[in-house]
Amino acid sequence: MALDVKSPPARVAAPPRRATPKVSRLRRDGLLLLLGVPGLLVILLFHYVPMLGNVIAFKDYQPFLGIWEAPWVGFDNFRVIFNGDPAFLNALVNTLVISLVQIVFVFPVPIALALLLNSLAGERLKRLAQSILYLPHFMSWVVVVAIFQHMLGNAGLLNTFLRSHDLATLPLMGNPDLFLALITSQVIWKDAGWGTIIFLAALSRVDPELYEASAMDGASRMRQLWHVTLPGIRGVIVLMLILKLGDVLTVGFEQIILQQAMVGAEVSEVLDTYVYTYGVVGGNWGVAAAVGLVKGLVGLVLVLGANKVAHLLGERGLYTK
Amino acid sequence: MIIRAVKGVVVAACCALVILPFLAVFSTSLADQAQVTATGGYVLWPERPNLDAYRAILAGGVVTRALLVSIGVTVVGTLLSLTCITLLAYSLSRPGSLLHRPILLMVLFTLLFAPGMIPMYLTIKQLGLLDSYWSLILPGLASGFQIIIMRAFFQEVPRELIDAARIDGAGELRILLRVVLPLSKAVIAVVGLFSAVAYWNAFFNAMLYLNDTEKWPLQLVLRTYVVDNSALGVDAADLSGGFLPPPQSMQMAILVLSLVPIAIVYPFLQKHFAKGILIGAVKG
Repeated sequence: MALDVKSPPARVAAPPRRATPKVSRLRRDGLLLLLGVPGLLVILLFHYVPMLGNVIAFKDYQPFLGIWEAPWVGFDNFRVIFNGDPAFLNALVNTLVISLVQIVFVFPVPIALALLLNSLAGERLKRLAQSILYLPHFMSWVVVVAIFQHMLGNAGLLNTFLRSHDLATLPLMGNPDLFLALITSQVIWKDAGWGTIIFLAALSRVDPELYEASAMDGASRMRQLWHVTLPGIRGVIVLMLILKLGDVLTVGFEQIILQQAMVGAEVSEVLDTYVYTYGVVGGNWGVAAAVGLVKGLVGLVLVLGANKVAHLLGERGLYTK
Repeated sequence: MIIRAVKGVVVAACCALVILPFLAVFSTSLADQAQVTATGGYVLWPERPNLDAYRAILAGGVVTRALLVSIGVTVVGTLLSLTCITLLAYSLSRPGSLLHRPILLMVLFTLLFAPGMIPMYLTIKQLGLLDSYWSLILPGLASGFQIIIMRAFFQEVPRELIDAARIDGAGELRILLRVVLPLSKAVIAVVGLFSAVAYWNAFFNAMLYLNDTEKWPLQLVLRTYVVDNSALGVDAADLSGGFLPPPQSMQMAILVLSLVPIAIVYPFLQKHFAKGILIGAVKG
């Protein structure tokens, strides 16, 4: 996702006529500008206005008072974060653990799968496999959780099968000890196939001559993978890692809230569910907004920071500047 | 040779992990009471397939209503979303035009920082959209990512074509409709289908903004009845005149219904998405 913030110099810049440049440009581009208005309005209304709504993180918001009438309380709402409220700490630790596990165990899967698919002989076979593996990405989390229940739940396929053969059942769903493993496998099932798209595209751009040259030099398949293929897609891997890093404090909200009742908050409360439980459900609007604000800012800083590091390491990163 | 065989087996196993659950869901939805009871819900192939479960849930009632809500929100949302995104992306596709840079930066910033759930909820509330279908449609109308993808695609249209149209006297709107859009069918299809899938699958917005259970879309009904396994507000008795299909078949039938639209659009999506997505993602 190389976003060219810096647009190429205007090719249309006609020499200014008698009218002032601004006026003549307005005449030229006015209609163009007008076309963008509906979309812009939506972005303003549902992105920038809510951003202003973050002021309630600094207020004692009560629904009946409204945002502006609520009294200012400074950083009071942030106390829960800095004083280490146990429920908040639990949510923070869970979030970080889940994120870490997902970077270690989920992130490499699409890369491995893409390498596997890429090395598959037969174009049609490859296509078929891709079509099948992409499919779960388009299911909602409700559907994915329902399918997992139907397969692995207590009354699901697996356990019914085990019972009917007089074997011990495996309580896989709703088991706090296995929750981390469960949600990780759900993420892999849902999105690993879809994740291969970007790596497959990168793989298709690796220069075939490099393979021929390395084969001439006597490189084995493994050495080719190590010295040609992986360096060839390194840029994309770094890019995806940066994006992932920005989401370190955001882990599968819908997925988790759907299953929270089955395992309890102890293992499943993450920052997003904390904000939901304390704010929308519990009515602690200010505190929840404060937590949400800090979370958003940390995410922003992480992306920008990771991008900086990528630049220092000589990678393109998310954007070039 | 052995390596090739191993690769084949691994890929086949991965595909089976995806297909088998769907097969089980579909089979259970078609199975009859006797089989479900006999196997305790373990159905990989329906012995006497029938549509009773579907007949029961589609006879009017919670599921039927939720289905209509989901269809309505998806259709209206997708159309409005495509309009907004196309127009804004086109307006941003001409570097050097008035206010081009600040507006582009405004769109890009939405990719970096999300406003957060609480302020979002309060905005929806202040706008008086709680318990309105618009609360499901409007917030997702213009995604920055999709605008960027479409803009990248529009910029591929040769400049000369646009200039030629202008010399022939076409205004911006006509250039967009007659020159740019016909050349951009792939990206329109992809962005449209992605919007549609997003609207169809949305569950959290509805949970957050709709207190009125009468207005629930399908995903929330699915959660209540299938994931949480709680009773549906349907008067079970008048569903099918006394005869009731086994709950598990009914649950799986709702699941299948929620998959039908995706199964229908998937082949079209499939044809275009690699091209449409990658042009925005890898290009440059």
